[in-house]
Amino acid sequence: MSTHLDRLLALGDDALVAAQRLGQWCTRSPEMEEDVALANIALDQLGAARLLLSYAGELEGAGRDEDALAYLRSDREFRNVLLVELADRDFAVMIAKLLFLAAYQRLRYQRLAAGEDARLAAIAAKAVKESAYHLDHAAMWTARLGDGTDVSHERMQAAVDEVWPYTHELFEDEPDLRLPWLSTVEDVLAGATVRRPADGWAPGGGRDGRHTEQLSYLLAEMQVLHRAHPGARW
Amino acid sequence: MTARPHTATTPRDVVAAVVDPELQVLSIEDLGVLRAVEMDGAGRIIVTITPTYSGCPAMEMIRADIRTALAGAGYPEVEIVTALAPAWSTDWISESGRTKLSSAGIAPPGRVAGPVPLTLSVKCPRCGSLDTERLSEFGSTACKALWRCRSCHEPFDQVKPL
Repeated sequence: MSTHLDRLLALGDDALVAAQRLGQWCTRSPEMEEDVALANIALDQLGAARLLLSYAGELEGAGRDEDALAYLRSDREFRNVLLVELADRDFAVMIAKLLFLAAYQRLRYQRLAAGEDARLAAIAAKAVKESAYHLDHAAMWTARLGDGTDVSHERMQAAVDEVWPYTHELFEDEPDLRLPWLSTVEDVLAGATVRRPADGWAPGGGRDGRHTEQLSYLLAEMQVLHRAHPGARW
Repeated sequence: MTARPHTATTPRDVVAAVVDPELQVLSIEDLGVLRAVEMDGAGRIIVTITPTYSGCPAMEMIRADIRTALAGAGYPEVEIVTALAPAWSTDWISESGRTKLSSAGIAPPGRVAGPVPLTLSVKCPRCGSLDTERLSEFGSTACKALWRCRSCHEPFDQVKPL
């Protein structure tokens, strides 16, 4: 780590894999408004992924466009953090992942929007406004579940405990973002009566292409059509 | 340069009249999506547009509609440029656009003041009551939120401030 191209792929893959996971919730959410909300958030993530991967493809100069990068790379070539690829065992796990991701993306995009690369700054300036909505949404659900019934509290706490170790990887490149991230996330958790887990085990490797097997299943589903019918249109 | 049909409408007028596919009461000019229409030395029309949301699926359709409208007005050579910066804001929706939204039963967005949007009560576009509640910050399209009026009990869309 890490060239400018690596950074673009990392950001683009985070957004793409998050979009695919969120899209899987459509028709499975606890209420119809939530189907719509998660599909909307997925669409924002997909929009950012398209812009970032298109740019990465141009920068790479090997003739790969957004589709080639999304559909024709293998798991070992993806640069996303493990957090976004983890299967959503239940709704609370998805919300915990979204909370941690959105809080990180907002800070990261904020910084990039003020950065030297004008094209990346423009992409980030759009995405940062969208991240703020994603963060609000995840924070609202964290409070609703965490400060809800005994059962919802227990499941929200279990989800946060389960996902917490994977948040360390978000700050591999820019460790100084963790402090402002913690301040946002700790406020949300405190408001939701959810205990902030202790730091400890910190799995990583996603940025170098070492993923959990869960990414392979996700990619199989996402890529099968394009691989079976390259260039298909309808 | 090929001859154009004699007409008083400029390429800008033609493009400005293209309707947003997801907010069909608004033109792309009302919405602030249209940034510039220029003609180069060879008579090619260069249209600059900006997306509302990064993943807005209406952009493809808007591009196609711009090409169709310009071709119909005698301008077949068109280049459409997508500019991301400065990022689109609902503050760019024109006053007439806001009025058209209200008339169509869609609450217009509040002004975005500074980095944090102001939370003001949203007026019901049907009965005008301010006693409304937000059901979800995500609505029928990326740019809308879902609200309900406590007075007339009607649900309605709001273009959410961005």
